Amino acid sequence: MITAALVFAFGCFGLGFLFNLWRISTGPDAADRLLALDTMVINAIALLILYGIYRGTAMYYEAAMLVAMVGFVSTVAYCRFVLRGDIIE
Amino acid sequence: MSLIAEITISFFLVVAGIFGLVGSFGLIKLHDSMQRLHAPTKATTLGVGGVLIASMLYFLLVKETLSFHELLITLFLFLTAPITANFVAKTYITRNVRPQDLPETDRRYGWAPYDDPPPQETAVPEEKTKH
Repeated sequence: MITAALVFAFGCFGLGFLFNLWRISTGPDAADRLLALDTMVINAIALLILYGIYRGTAMYYEAAMLVAMVGFVSTVAYCRFVLRGDIIE
Repeated sequence: MSLIAEITISFFLVVAGIFGLVGSFGLIKLHDSMQRLHAPTKATTLGVGGVLIASMLYFLLVKETLSFHELLITLFLFLTAPITANFVAKTYITRNVRPQDLPETDRRYGWAPYDDPPPQETAVPEEKTKH
């Protein structure tokens, strides 16, 4: 039962990944692309943890934590760049 | 492994998948940029929270090891999602909305994307640095 639920969750988040890619490629504004990139990072975290459950190891938490931190910092840096033309003033 | 544990973990996984799919689908379904801000920042964060709860339950009930990594990731994500949404909204306002189109703030200072932050009125830290 857990395997079937895992496959379902994998499908949902993978489909969400494709939706984010579509929004990144056709987003009319830079804010849309930023938002889609941030959502893509969150989906990547979910996929990593699902893969950790699937393999049965606790090794992927560190990877998920690192992806979360790097994703937040990169989103904020890109927003600062679009907002002020500079990242660290 | 008992059947109740299996049903609970599967329930959290399915709910998390549905929330994540709804969040990402709202990103392409909604029409306006400011409407699109709603879907990923709320639904997808809840979806990841569901996955993390399912992972914690799986390692607690099946592998019988208690781990708090998931709580760290959940806390980090739930803290940073509003900040990211605020930054994206500011970016959109700066690029697409003119200052005269925005309503009044009814305060001494204007909107944060256009006006500088208010100056600090208490000068206690400066005095400390002088000595």
